[in-house]
Amino acid sequence: MSKTLFASRGNLVGLLLLAVLLLVVFPLVFDIFRLNLVGKYLTYAFVALGLVLCWGNAGILSLGQGVFFGLGGYCMAMFLKLEASSPENTKIQSTPGIPDFMDWNQVTALPWFWEPFHSLSFSLVAVVVVPALFAFVIGLAMFKRRVGGVYFAIITQAIAAILTILIVGQQGYTGGINGITDLRTLKGWDIRTDHAKLILYFINGGLLLGALLLAQFVQQTKLGRLLVAMRDKEDRVRFSGYDVSSFRIFVFCFAAGLAAIGGAMFTLQVGFMSSSFIGIVPSIEMVIYCAVGGRSSLIGAVYGTLLINFGRSLLSESFPQLWQFAMGGLFIAIVMVFPDGLAGLYQTYAAPLIARRFRSGRGGGRIAAASTGSRVH
Amino acid sequence: MLMGYSFADLGSIFAMQAFAGLSLFSVFLLMALGLAIIFGQMGVINMAHGEFMILGAYVTYLCSGFFSAFLPGLYAIYFLVAMVLAFVVAGALGMAVEWLMIRHLYRRPLDTLLATWGLSLVLQQAYRSIFGAREVGVELPEWMMGSTHLSETIDIPINGLFVMALTVLITACVFAMMFRSSWGKKVRAVVQNRTMAGAVGIDTERVDRYTFGIGCGIAGVAGSAFTMIGSTGPTSGQLYIVDTFLVVVFGGAQSLLGTIASAFSISQAQSTMEFFLSGSMAKVLVLLGVVGILMLRPQGLFVIKVRR
Repeated sequence: MSKTLFASRGNLVGLLLLAVLLLVVFPLVFDIFRLNLVGKYLTYAFVALGLVLCWGNAGILSLGQGVFFGLGGYCMAMFLKLEASSPENTKIQSTPGIPDFMDWNQVTALPWFWEPFHSLSFSLVAVVVVPALFAFVIGLAMFKRRVGGVYFAIITQAIAAILTILIVGQQGYTGGINGITDLRTLKGWDIRTDHAKLILYFINGGLLLGALLLAQFVQQTKLGRLLVAMRDKEDRVRFSGYDVSSFRIFVFCFAAGLAAIGGAMFTLQVGFMSSSFIGIVPSIEMVIYCAVGGRSSLIGAVYGTLLINFGRSLLSESFPQLWQFAMGGLFIAIVMVFPDGLAGLYQTYAAPLIARRFRSGRGGGRIAAASTGSRVH
Repeated sequence: MLMGYSFADLGSIFAMQAFAGLSLFSVFLLMALGLAIIFGQMGVINMAHGEFMILGAYVTYLCSGFFSAFLPGLYAIYFLVAMVLAFVVAGALGMAVEWLMIRHLYRRPLDTLLATWGLSLVLQQAYRSIFGAREVGVELPEWMMGSTHLSETIDIPINGLFVMALTVLITACVFAMMFRSSWGKKVRAVVQNRTMAGAVGIDTERVDRYTFGIGCGIAGVAGSAFTMIGSTGPTSGQLYIVDTFLVVVFGGAQSLLGTIASAFSISQAQSTMEFFLSGSMAKVLVLLGVVGILMLRPQGLFVIKVRR
């Protein structure tokens, strides 16, 4: 009993530290340009959180999380684009009132699937529902047939490739390779000003912490433990009478929903959305964010995302060539040498030190042991 | 849609279309053969497969440069030398990778996937640093240029024919290796039951290393063949990876015959649809179809029944 209490207290401390870092330290240290960049990185952390549940806990590696990130982002971008292309703003087009890229591609009327995105409430619902529904269809088809592991990874990757080709190919409806750009206002509120960026950063940070709490809740319920059990001994769980596929579908949809919220916040903060966030390369990169943090540690995933992206902007500003070597080396090193990532390093080196310093009677020494179980594949 | 063409026109359209389909088929098959060995037989996900192909292409590029500078008299046959070299270089790199990386990860297939993805990033950047970011092409020897005229309206490019012939040859070699040589017997034994294979005295680790090496070597030859029909850039390998994996999985991962069948059906479907639709929509529909069928039949077209 005291052990579980201590574990949750350790988690609480970690969460508070993260909250202070995101909501107090970063806004004080960085100027608005850098803060906006951090906000952009944090949107990827939503995807990483989903991957922790999906991959780290449930053992389902999806190489198509970019799809859900992108779908969420596109839903948001479609609303913003429609608002930006009001008939007054687009007088010079041959068909006013439709997004500029449609006009360039000789589309003369708004396609039917764009129509509902005039409404903000519909768009906000669609941000989460469309990707989650898509994940549900994929999950239903795959998990019911007990497709898992490597095959699931390959098929999700193929889906990411298909969606990219589709979006790039259907330029008139999707903006093609440039994506949906030139987004201006949200219900009349200009999202490009520094003030708006600051507010959006805090909304994003708050949402991320909320998502973290929610994911932690899922992890600690019976469902979360069943997921781990299914990862390690699928047949035993099935023979105990649990419907393995339903749990997997749920966690896959949950991860998709989280990724989609990240995508929508990305669109709001960065001001555009394009197909380059959907394809195979970004999708796999999102997996490495999660792996660097320690694949089954939620807080680790946020730090992993931040670390890689800071590293990228530092290295690629000064040595662009070195970055890809570093990234590739990181993939290899994480897998070969530190399969438990930052959380693992923390567990082995930092946690014992901290525990010795603050030994609190009986329970000390195993902070957050519940969240990083043993990994057997 | 077919109105307005004369009967002869239609005939030549179909002939050209069939040739385009067969061309694509040989490309798909060449790409997939190496992976069919590595992924299908060994179960290793090698995301760097495309980069091994590109390695073969760059070896060919270097060879062509070398021959035109020092041995212009032998330029007509440089290609054969280049292909052997491509096989050796890609195979050697494959064996090194297996020894350093893959063999530690056989029990963790998803981790192999990430590690080989890292490898592919490293290789891409290495190509970019060495050969530059621009695409390079090779000069074809005289006899490979031009086309044969089968009739007034049908032109068949010789390099396309050559790639096809090469595909047949390599496929035959792979089949001979897998089903007629003692090495192939060992590979199949290890794949079907590693423990028993080890117990009867097969050095399974060595078989793994050579199998991986040969798979990579075949990828290198494929890359070398591709230089005849297109140019090569540092990131070209990434374009192939989804198609290649889908071909292998669609065919039924462990069946070489399945790989051929799936390469054939995917390429024919794609080239036929490309005639009616835009290229990207054809690709989307074909890939969707493949993914759809895989969802209904996850084990692929051909299944080898093995008692586990």
